[in-house]
Amino acid sequence: MRHVSKLFSNGTLALKDMSLDVQRGEFLSLLGPSGCGKSTALRIIAGLGAPSSGEIDWPSSQINKKGLPEGDVGFVFQEPTLMPWQTVWGNVYLPLRLRGVSKRDADPAIMEVLASVGLADFTKSYPRELSGGMKMRVSIARALVTKPKLLLMDEPFAALDEITRQKLNDDVLRLWRETGITVIFVTHSVFESAFLSNRIVVMRARPGQVYADLPLITSAVRDENYRTSEEYRATTDTVSRALQEAIMRGAQAK
Amino acid sequence: MTDTAPLPNASAEAGTDSQVAVVTNRSSVSERVLSIVIPIFMVLLAIAAWQAHIMINEVPRYIMPAPLDVVTALFTDWGTLSPSLLVTLRITFMALGLALLGGVGLAIILVQSRWIELALFPFAVILQVTPMIAIAPLLIIYMPDTQSALLTCAFVVAFFPILSNMVAGLKSVDHNLLNLFELYGASRWQTLIHLKLPSSLPYFAAGLRIGGGLSLIAAVVAEFAAGSAGKGSGLAFRLLESGYRLNYPRLYAALVLLMCTGVAIFALTSLISWAMLHRWHESALKREN
Repeated sequence: MRHVSKLFSNGTLALKDMSLDVQRGEFLSLLGPSGCGKSTALRIIAGLGAPSSGEIDWPSSQINKKGLPEGDVGFVFQEPTLMPWQTVWGNVYLPLRLRGVSKRDADPAIMEVLASVGLADFTKSYPRELSGGMKMRVSIARALVTKPKLLLMDEPFAALDEITRQKLNDDVLRLWRETGITVIFVTHSVFESAFLSNRIVVMRARPGQVYADLPLITSAVRDENYRTSEEYRATTDTVSRALQEAIMRGAQAK
Repeated sequence: MTDTAPLPNASAEAGTDSQVAVVTNRSSVSERVLSIVIPIFMVLLAIAAWQAHIMINEVPRYIMPAPLDVVTALFTDWGTLSPSLLVTLRITFMALGLALLGGVGLAIILVQSRWIELALFPFAVILQVTPMIAIAPLLIIYMPDTQSALLTCAFVVAFFPILSNMVAGLKSVDHNLLNLFELYGASRWQTLIHLKLPSSLPYFAAGLRIGGGLSLIAAVVAEFAAGSAGKGSGLAFRLLESGYRLNYPRLYAALVLLMCTGVAIFALTSLISWAMLHRWHESALKREN
């Protein structure tokens, strides 16, 4: 995935002429006030609902009938979105099952991805037996089991408590480093985006547009020390200011 | 019709859930024993009161038989009653089976498109709201034989709750899960098999429990209306016949058989819905607090 560009505008103007290039291997956060169309943008990238105009270019040659690169996209929803009648294993098996992979062939990949999110001991549990954070991990494992090149996350940790969220942020960061996957992460948390991303795109509302594109060049290792570092604070200040301006613009347009 | 029927009651069944069993202590064991003993004791007590009432007030047998007379009749008239029981059972279960097939099948077809639903649903509603007992005599004329007329009546009554529950179930699938299936390029068939059918199991269970009870009631009511006689007659005919002959012990014995059949169907459908849902659905789980 060398150079993805997309351009769309929506009838209800959820998004207006939004263009975005995503580089391979990037961790990009889409940050903005609620109603700025960041989730809409993510869904259009995922192929859930076509743009009313404009298009999405994929570098891959293999495009399936839905216009998505075959097997290249994983999606994590706001809620865990698990099937309650399936075990953890069964939920993670789903993407492979829909492709016709047999249970036996799928098992190694499922066990590997479950181990990487720390759920190797919970394969036979049902979603209702898990905590909110663990359900989210299952959801992430399901998105990663096809070994996608692009991972789309739609405010995945918004409903979790701060401590669980930080833990999951660490894990997502680790998985990103290990797999070299491209991540587009939708959030409304300045701190989350500053901690995770190496590029933050701030969006404004009415109409949804890119307001600022902030590449973060940081060599710091993102661990617990980074959370309290001066550099992190400076980053969050910059991002907060950009977000504040974006919100003002949206309010004026009302 | 009650398509918003209460979902399976958890308290009696959840005790065998593996999670709960781990924390089971002595007090909850005795609680479980009591939960079986109390209902049985109460039923026995009621029967004893009935027997006492007959004996003390010397009620004649042709007005109300004593429980012992009923039990005696159950044994002495077994030769007459058991073929009728089989007839009623056969009609009930065949009707329920057809209603399950038809209800689930039609529900799947209905939810495929809004137009199909608009076109077909009026017929389902008309069939449902027409009092079955009013059309039973007509069916007996139109159908080749009484048995198939009874079967049709029982089917029509049991069919609708299953249909409307399944339609509700198939329509209330989590939208995010639908998105997920779309994202992974699932076909219509895959979405149906792996998502829509499993997620509507709780609704199916509710429909099954209502339909199971109704198919027995309908089989009996239809036979009353049909007034069939002869070797192919069910328990309803035995009720009428015993009534005409003032053979009340046999009438009560037939009633007891019908009641037992109803209870057995209820237990069976409860067991099936428990087996389908106890792993994951709220309705079959104990609250964890």
